[in-house]
Amino acid sequence: MKKTPLYEHHQKLKATMIEFGGWCMPVQYTAVIEEHRATRSAAGIFDICHMGEIEIRGTGAQDYLQSIMSRNLERQEIGQMKLSVMLNTRGGILDDLTVYKLGAEHYMVVTNAVTKDGDFEWLRRAQEEKGYSGITLRDISDATGKIDLQGPNSQAILQKVTQGNLAPLKFYHAMSTEVLGISSIVSRSGYTGEDGFEIYADSRRMGEIFDALLSVGTPMGLKPVGLGARDTLRIESGMMLYGHEMDETITPFEVVYGWLVDLNKEFTGCEALRKQKEEGVKKKLIGFEMTDRGIARHGYRVFGNGREIGTVTSGTFAPTLGKAIGLAFVDRAHERPGAKIEIEIRGQKAKARVTPLPFYRRSKAQNKS
Amino acid sequence: MAKPNPTDRKYTKEHEWALDQGNNVVVMGITDHAQELLTDIVYVELPKVGKKIRQMETVAVVESVKSVSDVYSPVSGEVIEVNQRLENEPELINKDAFGEGWIARIRMDQPAELHNLMEASVYEAMIKETAH
Repeated sequence: MKKTPLYEHHQKLKATMIEFGGWCMPVQYTAVIEEHRATRSAAGIFDICHMGEIEIRGTGAQDYLQSIMSRNLERQEIGQMKLSVMLNTRGGILDDLTVYKLGAEHYMVVTNAVTKDGDFEWLRRAQEEKGYSGITLRDISDATGKIDLQGPNSQAILQKVTQGNLAPLKFYHAMSTEVLGISSIVSRSGYTGEDGFEIYADSRRMGEIFDALLSVGTPMGLKPVGLGARDTLRIESGMMLYGHEMDETITPFEVVYGWLVDLNKEFTGCEALRKQKEEGVKKKLIGFEMTDRGIARHGYRVFGNGREIGTVTSGTFAPTLGKAIGLAFVDRAHERPGAKIEIEIRGQKAKARVTPLPFYRRSKAQNKS
Repeated sequence: MAKPNPTDRKYTKEHEWALDQGNNVVVMGITDHAQELLTDIVYVELPKVGKKIRQMETVAVVESVKSVSDVYSPVSGEVIEVNQRLENEPELINKDAFGEGWIARIRMDQPAELHNLMEASVYEAMIKETAH
């Protein structure tokens, strides 16, 4: 199992560690609900060093990415980041990733941990096949550390150790700055539904940044947060997780990623998506809440009108909402919010209701990417 | 730190406790050590009163935010009462695993089974051994 540069910090904080995507990661430090609430009400700090970073630069980098990413990156400004998916020729999702434009013909693509090696290989082969000899691809994952700071107090905490002014930084925008004097890329973004930041810097300096943020942040309610609460926070916010809601057989139109697709340009997988758009999708990702007692979990079967109609992809007790919620793939006939469905929990059918996504939205209005 | 394990009751390897209340009836629950491992218990699936059960069969299910865990019956017999409060206050197990967080009362078929269970000191030694 791989260890992140913060492994010893987690040990010192007595975190419970688990395996995730080949990495030894903290699942919780104290308790999931406490960490979840701290993130919603104050701030949480997350070790995200396991995620992958790939640098793409050189003449033709933009055209190259345009030919791979579903999202139209033509108007992306320097400093802007965009969420996108990368597809196989059947339109299946190889990964959902964020694309940072760091300069003219200079990008950083941030991948999921489990998909990083496959992504890099896919990108490398596409470069060869498409003939983009003027660009350089570099897997900078080991050299690059990543910490997420999330929650309403994130800006106040991060500003204390950051040289650049964070206030004007817009949602899904990044800046090059110094955190504790260490050269960093900071973006206003995250995976919790709260305001917050993703911080990238030299992986050898991550420990210093982690300790400094904890020490200035603790008086402002900052807590270290493990993957347990990261999962409940993202589910409440209706965000998907690769391997649960997405894999190579699922297209962006079947999940909530239709908005990431621009069929007016050419990219790998676009033909399959055009065909699917014409024919319509058969199954769809929905959100649901339990109306009977019980908690739905990944893999549980879903029923509608007595017939099996799909599978739960993620399910949990939602700490902010105080009820059990989940995401599921179902036949389209059952996708309408309000539709009554049943989830099979340990052999018993429990009632649930289709709900709009996200389950939770923070009150403060924020501009979209 | 987990609360001390009361010496008035017996323990299973799977972190359940059973307290002999006389007349072949035990009250059972999970240990404080178990609730510490689970944290944040958000749902308890209780057995039906009248359910017949064998020793170390699943008698209840506790769910934390992240995980689903079976609770095994420390003895064979019949469930004669369940802790209804857990339906709305599953966190009682986190707060008071040895008291208000009890799960069920069971009338034993084979009271001799209690001898298969561990004393508090043995249970404690077992936890310490598996702690690292």
